[in-house]
Amino acid sequence: MSNPTDLQYTAEHEWIAADGDIAKVGVTAYAADALGDVVYVDLPAVGSTVTAGESCGELESTKSVSDLYSPVTGEVVEVNEAVDADPSLVNSDPFGEGWLFVVKVSATGEVMDAAAYDALVAS
Amino acid sequence: MTTSSATPAVPRLTPLHDVHSALGASFTDFAGWQMPVRYGSETAEHRAVRTTAGLFDLTHMGEIELVGPGAGAALDFALVGRPSAIGVGRARYSMICAEDGGIIDDLVVYRLADEHYLVVANASNVAVVAPELAARAEGHDVTVTDTSADWALLAVQGPASAEILAPLTDLDVPSLKYYAIDAGTVAGIDVLLARTGYTGEDGFEVYCRPGDAGAVWAALQQAGEPHGLVPAGLACRDTLRLEAGMPLYGHELDRDTTPYEANLGRVVVLDKPDGFVGQAALAKRKEEGPQRVLVGLVSTGRRSPRAGYPVVDPATGAEVGVVTSGSPSPTLERPIAMAYVPPTLAAPGTRLQVSLRGTLEDADVVELPFYSRTR
Repeated sequence: MSNPTDLQYTAEHEWIAADGDIAKVGVTAYAADALGDVVYVDLPAVGSTVTAGESCGELESTKSVSDLYSPVTGEVVEVNEAVDADPSLVNSDPFGEGWLFVVKVSATGEVMDAAAYDALVAS
Repeated sequence: MTTSSATPAVPRLTPLHDVHSALGASFTDFAGWQMPVRYGSETAEHRAVRTTAGLFDLTHMGEIELVGPGAGAALDFALVGRPSAIGVGRARYSMICAEDGGIIDDLVVYRLADEHYLVVANASNVAVVAPELAARAEGHDVTVTDTSADWALLAVQGPASAEILAPLTDLDVPSLKYYAIDAGTVAGIDVLLARTGYTGEDGFEVYCRPGDAGAVWAALQQAGEPHGLVPAGLACRDTLRLEAGMPLYGHELDRDTTPYEANLGRVVVLDKPDGFVGQAALAKRKEEGPQRVLVGLVSTGRRSPRAGYPVVDPATGAEVGVVTSGSPSPTLERPIAMAYVPPTLAAPGTRLQVSLRGTLEDADVVELPFYSRTR
């Protein structure tokens, strides 16, 4: 499985695309595959504060419900309305159209690069 | 999900394990077996079974055979139904209950010959059911053998199943009735071919020797592909049976439940002249009426009720029941569930609520099944 090298990753299988203090967040292809078909995404509200390492929503698949962890601390400035309407985007394009939310970052959590994340999911 | 003390630490692999791996399957440990849970999208597999066909490996299921002149009488005593009345070549859904009426397992009983029955048990229960059947058969002229290791089980399920199988078998597929079984060949290989399943669709179960499973699978997959057949895993098998209102042991059925709570009182033949295990308790439960009954729920929300979630009466705010299975329904495109509730709240149209991780979501009682195929 190839994870884009321009992203950062967490052990909870979120990815972060950082641009200055703005971070776009999603879940990895590995996570999407492990979940199965995603049928409902519960995202944090725009304007709410999320905390790195803490649950900020849910991903529900056919078989299970999983917590969505925020990889960063800050204020949510945008959520992906398209993925709310069509949760299968998380499966079909996890690193692209299936992005989840955008945060104005005040503090970052623990992240790793693509090589470290490749090693984590291969283990 | 039930566990058994006999569950080995290292999961068992079916003879098709490498085939599943090559097809890109994700695996799950199920009752001591490593089974394919899905090959790609479980929703796509579900829809294939509803519209064309799916091919399943069900080798984890347990097989117990009873052979001898006393086989029918032994089963009449051991089970809640009357297997001695099953015609040769036919099958019946049945249950084995404890003395207190609690369900030990639900079963399909095939009568292969006058003095030969095949009892198919859940993988999670076969280690309990086989010795229990043997103990209950004592005094009857019959041998009871757990032959699970001698059988692989494949299933072709879906509206295209008959068309897929017909050119592969020497048996006359159109004349093989629902819940019938016959010995014949598939792709030249000796099999038992049964028109049974657990999906709510027309379909077939193919019992073959484990060494032949690869060849039977390949023949079915090749013949099925032009019809839209896809390999299908346990994830879609669960949503298919849920839509069809079929119970799953460990969810709707367990040792604390009798057939009457599960709306399956029809499988109990109370007036068997020679008696059966659980007779007195089941007669009493039927007369008193169950304290809780199984219902179907359809939610208007987007999140699904799941097994174990509390059911709430909106009139009082009190917890009145519990969800046993729940999932988004690919066919209804809404969350569906089965739950046990008091009989007073079981009428279709009753508005209930399910507590979804602290949030109450409306759910309406509906008639089961959620889905019936058009014949």
